[in-house]
Amino acid sequence: MAARRARKLKATNEATDPSSRVVRFGPDRPLSLDSGKILSPFQIAYETYGALNPARSNAILICHALTGDQYVASRNPITGKPGWWESLVGPGKVIDTDRFFVICSNVIGGCLGSTGPASLNPETGRAYGLDLPIITIGDMVRAQTMLVDELGIDRLFSVIGGSMGGMQVLEWAASYPERVFTALPIAAGARHSAQNIAFHEVGRQAVMADPEWCGGRYIEEGRRPEKGLAVARMAAHITYLSEAALHRKFGRNLQDRETLTFGFDADFQIESYLRHQGMTFVDRFDANSYLYMTRAMDYFDLAADRGGRLADAFRKTETRFCLVSFTSDWLFPTAESRAVVRALNAAGASVSFVEIETDRGHDAFLLEEPEFFAAVGGFLDSAARARGLENAS
Amino acid sequence: MSVNHDARVDFAMVAGLIEPRARVLDIGCGDGALLDLLITDKQIDGRGIEISQRGVNECVARGLSVIQGDADTDLSYYPDQGFDYVILSQTLQATRNPKEVLEQLLRIGRRAIVSFPNFGHWRVRLSLLLRGRMPVTRDLAYSWYDTPNIHFCTIRDFVNLCEEIGATVESATALNDNGQKIGVSMPWWFWNFFGQQAVFLLRK
Repeated sequence: MAARRARKLKATNEATDPSSRVVRFGPDRPLSLDSGKILSPFQIAYETYGALNPARSNAILICHALTGDQYVASRNPITGKPGWWESLVGPGKVIDTDRFFVICSNVIGGCLGSTGPASLNPETGRAYGLDLPIITIGDMVRAQTMLVDELGIDRLFSVIGGSMGGMQVLEWAASYPERVFTALPIAAGARHSAQNIAFHEVGRQAVMADPEWCGGRYIEEGRRPEKGLAVARMAAHITYLSEAALHRKFGRNLQDRETLTFGFDADFQIESYLRHQGMTFVDRFDANSYLYMTRAMDYFDLAADRGGRLADAFRKTETRFCLVSFTSDWLFPTAESRAVVRALNAAGASVSFVEIETDRGHDAFLLEEPEFFAAVGGFLDSAARARGLENAS
Repeated sequence: MSVNHDARVDFAMVAGLIEPRARVLDIGCGDGALLDLLITDKQIDGRGIEISQRGVNECVARGLSVIQGDADTDLSYYPDQGFDYVILSQTLQATRNPKEVLEQLLRIGRRAIVSFPNFGHWRVRLSLLLRGRMPVTRDLAYSWYDTPNIHFCTIRDFVNLCEEIGATVESATALNDNGQKIGVSMPWWFWNFFGQQAVFLLRK
């Protein structure tokens, strides 16, 4: 219990005063949002790994997913766990930090140090809560361009991300093609489907139905909508897995008991697992931030923002693309990636596309999948040669 | 989708038809060997489509721009004249609708290069004539029930199809059993009898 309390306290501090690097944008550098509103002042929390080369040509921006953060390859200060993509990113890894300068920032609207609903609203002197304007994927990316400017980088060697991170990659490639040499959208799509919006809505309603949510003002009230957020996470977590993986891992196995209890305890292992997922999530994540993140994904529709033709989003692009999907991913099924591939073909873009055979569902992009890693490695290697980047060794 | 995995004698033939630094789409690119060859020897801007996931993953891992796709369904998504050359190497006979695929090739590319095994080869004819069974030869090593090659044709058949869809044959070459060119002075029937495979350069 004490450990949980410490994690929660840490999470509150990290939201405003992160342990990572921070760049603060004053009133002279506001962020214009797709909603027409202005966010100012604001800050971006980020981590970097490796060193920028003298030509400033070896920078890779990694975009995190819905509940991810900037700690892609370093210990998360709240959970104490290793970085969320440490299997892929690090010295000598597929995304080799001895060779590349890797940047990962917490998205705007997040809760690990970039301006979000838990940040202080300078106009009221209290947390934004729902007074924060709605943030879109486009807004997140616009903020990232300001960070990349700040770091003195004109053109990124690559922008890489899975799920919501993949949406940001597509947005980068569509809105700032001249700044992106290669783009790797993984387990993503050019828009959020009706089914995905539906699951997000269930999650949001669970949060908002929790009396502890207090109309979004729980921080001042000293309360936390933990139950609602945990339910949201439980529902969402199911969509990250697959039926086959659930069956393989849990089946109908009972949790620490020999027989059914004829009650509503967590009789089954899967119930116990989901409850655990929900409980650990609420310690590290801000409920309002969850509402904003899910909304950003729901609003994403790359084609609709560009006259309805996806191919037009990529006209005359010079960016090299590599898309990856996973066979058992039903949140962003292969068809979503294929639609992007077809649009890129129609636009005459250079594109690679692999579908990885796995039963691990959407979450596969976060796990060690040898074929996935081989594809990313091969793609980046050949692009690095084309960009004139030397091998690390 | 490719048929002969080892001795791809048609590769050198195909490479000889391609201008340096051209934009090339290889349909049914397998493990990417031809694309690799063309990138090294001709500095082409190469892309590939391959139906087997294993082939695609191998290609991408070796740094080629290749997507998983099906010649029968995916070519319609490519813009007109987006490539200088579209290659269909040993794949035509495995498509569901060869005529449509050929028309798509000529739409997407300024030129199309098509190579295919000749079903009119004497070994095939002899096998059917003498044994009375679907030919299984050294070069076409599948039984009728598990072959990916559902639309075999002879060189003559292919020439007829080209005429039917209004394609111009810029050049045609037949290779004999040893992968050697059959002399251009030879008549069509000779090609059709002794050609083990053929390579055509076409345009609309």
